[in-house]
Amino acid sequence: MSGINDFAFKMGTVNGTGSASANSLLMQAIFRMGIPVTGKNIFPSNIQGLPTWYEIRVSKDGYTARPSEVDLVVALNPSTYRKDVAAVRPGGYLLYDSTWPLDPALVREGITILGIPFGKMCVETFEKDRDRTLLRNIAYAGALAALLDIDMDVVGQMLNEKFAKKPRLLDANHTAIHLGYDFAKANFACPLPFRLEKMDATGDAILMDGNTASALGALYAGATVGAWYPITPATALMEAFKGFCEKFRVDPDTGLNNYAILQAEDELAAAGIVIGAGWAGARAFTNTSGPGISLMQEFIGLAYYTDIPAVFFDVQRCGPATGMPTRTQQADLFSLAYASHGDTKHLVLFPANPRECFELAVQSFDLAERFQTPVFVASDLDIGMNDWMVKRFEWDDNYRPDRGKVLDAEALSKIAKFSRYLDVDGDGIAARTLPGVGGKGAYFVRGSGHDKHAAYTEDSDAYLELVDRLKRKIDGAAESLPTPVIQRRDGAEVGLVMIGGCDAAVREASDILATQGIAVDVMRIRAFPFAKAVHDFITGHEHVFVIEQNRDAQLRALLAIELGVPRDDMHAVLDYGGMPLTAKVVVDAVSAHLAGVPA
Amino acid sequence: MTSITKPPVRHPSSRTNALGLTLRDYEGAMSTLCAGCGHDSVTAALIQAGWEMALEPHRVGKMSGIGCSSKTTAYFMKQSHGFNSVHGRMPSVTSGAAAANRSLTYIGISGDGDSLSIGLGQLSHAIRRNVNMLYVLENNGVYGLTKGQFSASADIGSTSKKGEANEQAPIDPVLLALTLGATFVARSFSGDKKQLVPILKAGIAHRGFAVVDVISPCVSFNDHEGSTKSYAFTREQSVEAVSADFVPIQRAITVPETDEEVRVVQLHDGGSVRLRSTSPEYDPTDREHAYAYVRACQARQETATGLLFVDDGGREMHDMMRTVPTPLIDIPYEKLCPGKAALEALMQRYR
Repeated sequence: MSGINDFAFKMGTVNGTGSASANSLLMQAIFRMGIPVTGKNIFPSNIQGLPTWYEIRVSKDGYTARPSEVDLVVALNPSTYRKDVAAVRPGGYLLYDSTWPLDPALVREGITILGIPFGKMCVETFEKDRDRTLLRNIAYAGALAALLDIDMDVVGQMLNEKFAKKPRLLDANHTAIHLGYDFAKANFACPLPFRLEKMDATGDAILMDGNTASALGALYAGATVGAWYPITPATALMEAFKGFCEKFRVDPDTGLNNYAILQAEDELAAAGIVIGAGWAGARAFTNTSGPGISLMQEFIGLAYYTDIPAVFFDVQRCGPATGMPTRTQQADLFSLAYASHGDTKHLVLFPANPRECFELAVQSFDLAERFQTPVFVASDLDIGMNDWMVKRFEWDDNYRPDRGKVLDAEALSKIAKFSRYLDVDGDGIAARTLPGVGGKGAYFVRGSGHDKHAAYTEDSDAYLELVDRLKRKIDGAAESLPTPVIQRRDGAEVGLVMIGGCDAAVREASDILATQGIAVDVMRIRAFPFAKAVHDFITGHEHVFVIEQNRDAQLRALLAIELGVPRDDMHAVLDYGGMPLTAKVVVDAVSAHLAGVPA
Repeated sequence: MTSITKPPVRHPSSRTNALGLTLRDYEGAMSTLCAGCGHDSVTAALIQAGWEMALEPHRVGKMSGIGCSSKTTAYFMKQSHGFNSVHGRMPSVTSGAAAANRSLTYIGISGDGDSLSIGLGQLSHAIRRNVNMLYVLENNGVYGLTKGQFSASADIGSTSKKGEANEQAPIDPVLLALTLGATFVARSFSGDKKQLVPILKAGIAHRGFAVVDVISPCVSFNDHEGSTKSYAFTREQSVEAVSADFVPIQRAITVPETDEEVRVVQLHDGGSVRLRSTSPEYDPTDREHAYAYVRACQARQETATGLLFVDDGGREMHDMMRTVPTPLIDIPYEKLCPGKAALEALMQRYR
């Protein structure tokens, strides 16, 4: 890295001081210059006063993983100067707010330190305390525009759009951006050796976070009931759904809503609402994170055992208990795959980016209704809350929801008797009715033992018949789920296996490994239970690495359990500190392991 | 109500309701509760109420959680759709069902354990949400299915089957519901069909969350040592406390017919309950007054019964959510999906 349109920089600020808008302005401006860009918000679980960072990676080749090193650190929070100085790569730059001097002891050999008195300039220029704090962020954005050659016309245009209706703020923002820009131009050799140059590489792309994308998927799938309890990092999903519904789901004639969003008293209730709505025939979903999934376990088992469709978006975060709510991880795999007590197994989808969040969200509702069972869409904080550059979403107006086997009054009139859990087709999926349908369609949903006629039983044979049908149903779903994405290289004997948010880093790593003479194939699994193709990929490679973001190699364990592949035939690459994966972690692990393998 | 299942034969003289259905058409599966259980009397009252109101059975969702009370949804209206969910969580399931399909009549049956302990949160929030449903709380002060532990409605000083006295203050669902803003609050007694049936009908008709606390004695676990009429006591303590595989056949308790304002009802354990019906002068539209009245009755060791509070102008869940009158499940997909052109336009916002 480090060159034209190929570098990374990050801002260290204090949260709650308005830096998010400046960071997003920088991201957007680079994106509008046609240059691939990714942002990672490394924020605290706090509202105001704690350190926060925002990392921006510019990649002409379109790599979107977290950068392995940072070329320029913008240090605006004196309490993190030490960390920020240390974060600069050898030969890189530190730009800091010289209003608060840098302790000489922190000065490092081999990096260039640039000081701009942002704080002082803002105090001298603006009268209101609020402006002095907020506009300091815009001032550093201005300095970066000079240092990195960000198109000032684009920046100006964006400010004009944002503050079109607030002339006072518009003027103040223009003043602030020039404070930083002019100072940098006057005092430093602008631009830096790594800088931006207009490209045309973002033509059909958008910048969106995964939570917004999932919400859009739920909207397009025709979901009408959303139930939830606020939790980081899943909150924004339902808030986005609400925003979309207010735009697209309000009846123009009456002003009334074609949707219902229920903020429940807790995650248990959210799950109950979704299951009740699913039973009644609505497409319903909840959005949550690990702690919520823990609370929903009992209800998940009920839905599984009684064949009720439900969609759960799990935006995974880091750790047990409260853990680190603003850090990312893929550590809910066990608690999703076999959620709840008793014999259970569930359909789990793993989107890798916001575009897939949209597509798999739509699919999750089809799968939930076709298989009459809970479906989990497992993303993570990195996918859910960060802005990703992805190809714009597409929609086919011929799409119609797959409602599965539902018998209406007319269908019921043609059969002699309705038995809710009778496996007529041999695929484990029994036809259901919706409450309200008359005639012989009524039946009793019960979490207690029931037979194929939905009647209460504690008879072993009836129980076995039911749970074996459920197994047939779930196992049979494997080949209907999103297929693994496999990328092959000639002669590769090494296979890298991963899910979801590891995608960008692993694909980048495969390119780097190729330059080192190591050809690797990559398989990104997109669903559980695993399709046969997953088995074939693993057994078809001499060396298999399973890369995942949890401590206990949960994905590898699931592969071993479900596919019968010996666990130790798969080498675990684990990165679970809560930060998005970098290509370097993968490259280092793979090359070190292969170097140690006897020829 | 334990009996053999009766054949579905319609007696020519059976009275029919507006739908041409007989009372038998509103019955359900055979009860598996203990003989004399108060809950079976509540079931009978629900059957009567449903028949009298001519509810279309298939337009009714019978909702419950877990416990003896929650089993009773199987014992009435067999042509209705039923959902026996998880312990204490029926309110959320019903909220979801009502959100999806507001055109059905939802009848929730719960108990004091299901509602006041594990389900206290869900009950409270269903009241706040004002889900349009009847919520019957069959209240007997004990956990029956797990054999006699105190519930949160047990009175201070009442003794368990093992002789322990309850020390914790009871939760009164009526006071709770009044405090939380419930728009329909009533209390009755399982044996007082005359009072209970009209209350159930009013609760079903009410637009919003209708709480009906029904005192419904447990024949099996009020019959314990320390109770003057327990099986063991009458055998002069010559045997252990009644073992669980023997449950004496009891008659269901009924309220004596009387014109007195306070009626004393003998319970299986030898205790009694003093029920005070609201008088014709009682104003059930004044929440503060209702609260004070219930407290005053409690101070006199009386249980206030009847329709205690009603607010027919309340906003139910769908009013608050501003949902369309059409059930959400009946809105065609074409109306729900913004389509390709809208998505393309939207994508521009993320450029």
